[in-house]
Amino acid sequence: MSTLTEAPPPLAPQAPASKPPKRRGRFTPYWLLLPGILWLVVFFALPMIYQASTSVQTGSLEQGYKVTWHFATYWEALSAYWPQFVRSVLYAGTATILCLLLGYPLAYLIAFRAGRWKNLIMILVIAPFFTSFLIRTLAWKTILADGGPVVGALNTLHVLDVTNWLGMTAGDRVLATPLAVVCGLTYNFLPFMILPLYTSLERIDGRLHEAAGDLYARPWTTFRRVTFPLSMPGVVSGTLLTFIPAAGDYVNADLLGSTDTRMVGNVIQTQFLRVLDYPTAAALSFILMAAILLMVTVYIRRSGTEDLV
Amino acid sequence: MPFVNWLKRNLVVIAGLLTLGYLLLPNVVVTVFSFNKPKGRFNYEWQQFSLDAWKDPCGVSGLCGSLSLSLQIAVWATLGATLLGTLIAFALVRYRFRARGAVNSLIFLPMAMPEVVMAASLLTLFLNMGAQLGFWTILIAHIMFCLSFVVTAVKARVMSMDPKLEEAARDLYAGPFQTFVRVTLPIAAPGIAAGALLAFALSFDDFIITNFNAGSTVTFPMFVWGSAQRGTPVQINVIGTTMFVVAVLFVLVSMIVGNRRTRQKA
Repeated sequence: MSTLTEAPPPLAPQAPASKPPKRRGRFTPYWLLLPGILWLVVFFALPMIYQASTSVQTGSLEQGYKVTWHFATYWEALSAYWPQFVRSVLYAGTATILCLLLGYPLAYLIAFRAGRWKNLIMILVIAPFFTSFLIRTLAWKTILADGGPVVGALNTLHVLDVTNWLGMTAGDRVLATPLAVVCGLTYNFLPFMILPLYTSLERIDGRLHEAAGDLYARPWTTFRRVTFPLSMPGVVSGTLLTFIPAAGDYVNADLLGSTDTRMVGNVIQTQFLRVLDYPTAAALSFILMAAILLMVTVYIRRSGTEDLV
Repeated sequence: MPFVNWLKRNLVVIAGLLTLGYLLLPNVVVTVFSFNKPKGRFNYEWQQFSLDAWKDPCGVSGLCGSLSLSLQIAVWATLGATLLGTLIAFALVRYRFRARGAVNSLIFLPMAMPEVVMAASLLTLFLNMGAQLGFWTILIAHIMFCLSFVVTAVKARVMSMDPKLEEAARDLYAGPFQTFVRVTLPIAAPGIAAGALLAFALSFDDFIITNFNAGSTVTFPMFVWGSAQRGTPVQINVIGTTMFVVAVLFVLVSMIVGNRRTRQKA
């Protein structure tokens, strides 16, 4: 029995012949790597170091900043902006769960039930990408407009009562509330959930479903014991691809939210581009990076999927 | 209860189609509102049907300039990222070398990093170097974050390639260069194309990193961002709709052509 839920052959990537053949020209790989890796070192890794150094500087814009190992900036930034941090995690977490709940049926539909419509649905999932996401996010202002049909429907169905109780909306407004921001985040990052889910669902051998049925498993049991465990790689990379950008996003909170829905991305953006308080902004950005890397590492360890790249 | 049974069997289809509706609803709104004639400066409420914006898509100052700038940056960023990324992908799949783990993490990290962190840290670098923010800093940033995605796309394709094909070419007295151009490259082409397409879409639509590193240069997403504060012209919707339609047509045509080719071969 247990062999059914263990990894089937297609899930073990490149098991045999994993050793790349050795070629002539010992330095060839280094020449191939050089330009791209140099680019990433100079414009990705080096900036991280500059940012770390900026975060422990003191001074002012007029007199210039100097490294004084002023670690108190971190403490000050955290104590001033912890609500924004908590909000980022809450909003991004809620959006990720919603993406999983909404995205799974669609990924399942494309993988197993769409038949000849498969390609068309796939195109419709990807095509919105080509309309600037800012334009599409602005469209939510129209959809969620006060007194509009969507808000009216949510009101009639008493959904707003529930969200009011949860503190996600206030009164009969959706726009400029946490619900609008979460809705925008869910919408914007949904394809990043659907595509990895689809990829891992599509790899599942259809005979496993038949076998489960032959062994008298009901559809729901088949899903719970066979399909879902086998789609775990997609679930893991989908949640990461949704959570990480959502946690750092400031566009949805800015366009659909209010001053009460500001996330940590909003603070970094204002501190950097408007207030010009570089040390605080750098410290905040460093904390966000550290928090996300920590979460990602723990999450990947616990879910046991190491090969995401 | 046949209806309940039918519902049970098709529940996942219904839920999936509802999600698809959720994904497409904003595009429908964008399209419908491209025919609007708004009263104030903002195009959020339906007033009356009009073709004004479609007749004069460049009628707003700065709009088409930002669009052409975004296209230019996207083209150069795609070329740069695809070239550098393809080289890395080949090195990773085909060769053994030291510091492989370090290279892999350097490629993985930009994809696992919130954009705002990369944007802010890159800006500190540019500020420290005293670089002039504008076209070049945007291009540098775009090549940087597109690179990893190209590597991943090309790597997947090259990894699934049968090395025997290249050996066969060698056996038939093809030189290393000839083998590469006549055998390796054509097989890797779909992966490279996928990577390039992804890079183009990512660069063209990027807002957060551009917002930090553009200075006073305005790309199309930055124009939209600015207009969300000042007033949204209907022309924005016209361009959004056009991009959506062009993308769908492009994919449909390439699929039909692809189908026909495979059918001819069969």
